[in-house]
Amino acid sequence: MTRLELRDVRKSFGALEVLADISLHVGEGEFVSILGPSGAGKSTLFQLLTGAVRGEGEMRFDGVPLDDHGSRFAFMPQRDALMPWRRVIDNAALGLEVQGMRRRAARERVAPLFAEFGLAGFERAWPAELSGGMRQRVALLRTVVQARDMLLLDEPFGALDALTRAAMQRWLEGMWRGHRWTALLITHDVREAVLLSDRIYVLSARPARVISEIPVPLPRPRTEGAALAREAAAIEAGILDTLLGATNSRPFDGEAK
Amino acid sequence: MSLPRSRQPRRLGTAFARTIPAVISLALLIAVWELYARFGGIAPTVLPAPSRVLQQAWENRAALAENTLPTIRATLAGFACSLVAAFVLSALVDFAPRLRRALFPILIASQTLPLVAIAPLVVLWFGFGLLPKILLVALVTFFPMMVALVEGYAATQKEIAEMLAAMGAGRWRIFRSARLPSALPYFFAGLRVSITYAVVGAIFAEYAGAAKGLGIYMLSAKNNFRPDLVLAAVTISSALTLMLFGLAVLIQHLAMPWERAGREDGQKSSTEGGR
Ligand SMILES: Nc1ncnc2c1ncn2[C@@H]1O[C@H](COP(=O)(O)OP(=O)(O)OP(=O)(O)O)[C@@H](O)[C@H]1O
Ligand SMILES: [Mg+2]
Repeated sequence: MTRLELRDVRKSFGALEVLADISLHVGEGEFVSILGPSGAGKSTLFQLLTGAVRGEGEMRFDGVPLDDHGSRFAFMPQRDALMPWRRVIDNAALGLEVQGMRRRAARERVAPLFAEFGLAGFERAWPAELSGGMRQRVALLRTVVQARDMLLLDEPFGALDALTRAAMQRWLEGMWRGHRWTALLITHDVREAVLLSDRIYVLSARPARVISEIPVPLPRPRTEGAALAREAAAIEAGILDTLLGATNSRPFDGEAK
Repeated sequence: MSLPRSRQPRRLGTAFARTIPAVISLALLIAVWELYARFGGIAPTVLPAPSRVLQQAWENRAALAENTLPTIRATLAGFACSLVAAFVLSALVDFAPRLRRALFPILIASQTLPLVAIAPLVVLWFGFGLLPKILLVALVTFFPMMVALVEGYAATQKEIAEMLAAMGAGRWRIFRSARLPSALPYFFAGLRVSITYAVVGAIFAEYAGAAKGLGIYMLSAKNNFRPDLVLAAVTISSALTLMLFGLAVLIQHLAMPWERAGREDGQKSSTEGGR
């Protein structure tokens, strides 16, 4: 069942054409990734979905046009956006508080999830006391407890070192198998997209259009088995060719930032 | 799970140790002054020695105390008004940027007024009571806090505001949950600046006309050729300012506990990857 559907979505900032023509869809319980070069307009696409900016084209959720509140989505921004002045548990509970829940009740709702997110014992810590990987897990926890129809994750692991990132990707794959969230993930990282997604949209450089839609028919869990790794590597190589070909030998900066 | 509290006393201890150079240089200054006043052949009616200032201050302690209290009252009342006004106006300006453009030229102009000239006028208009003092203290302390708050709101991380909006937060909620806390470090920087003007503002107002207060006390001591008593009153006003400054630092320390957490030597990150 299709939940999110975008048709011919376009967006310019003044003379700067950012999104040329984006059409995509995400089904119930599906994990879809958007892969594209830096500056293509991926974050802008999320801003359109959450209502932070306005564009043209058709955006529907369950067949209904999106109004300008992003109330369908739980959004995780590109930087973790943790509030330094809130303790970890209150950062995690922020979305529930905004929804009108009392702070006490919101804390009680998020507290049992800390163990699953590898954060047990850090409820009363300040964000400044956490490592980068833990901060991302807090941000992810803050996102999923909102219990919205769909997750929007903007490069959740982009700022992490390679080792922590690999660990977090595996962890997220495991979490997704348990919860089957409907999710749209933005990433620069081809391997991350292949590991996590059911389908991948590859965007061109700015002005962005969808240049390729790639299904990832690999069985889950995706973290074990040499045969699986070989299949995944083949898909990765195909995506890289598409991207590098389309950007006219402009280097793909998947490792940037 | 809590902060390692045992460190706190140690940090206060090192803060204390850091004041030692200041104490030494101040003691040296006083010693030189004492020697110069005693053996330099200067009349005590021109430059009294610190020991004489101290002794005369003690002898006149009743009068000094009687004149210090109104100054404290004027300072605190004026500063409280200024604080409330800074918060209310900065919030209004934050919600209506056009108001900012209307208001800021006036506020900046208010900071160019020479206090010596304006103080007697304010007293002329509002009498010898508490009101003109409150107004003058507010005039000199308001602006740094106002500017700091407005800048602080603008320093809110864009992602945080966008995320709150995506959660369904309205403008007031975003202001309360993101813009106001983001402005706190700026606010305290402004507070520390403006609090050093507060006592001086009150004294200026009293100088221009008051029944009681350190300002009027200094004026009459000067007219009676008693520089020792002028200096005694000056010492008290400096001590008041220092105390207020210390209070501001203490309040900042208490109001922003996360600032300290950021400076702990992140021993917790070693537990990362525990899953
Ligand atoms: N509010 C705005 N006003 C003007 N230009 C903007 C605005 N927001 C984004 N842009 C421009 O749109 C382009 C795309 O930005 P966007 O943040 O969507 O890229 P991105 O694909 O998310 O890049 P990255 O992978 O580096 O995060 C950039 O050139 C950026 O300068
Ligand atoms: Mg981006």
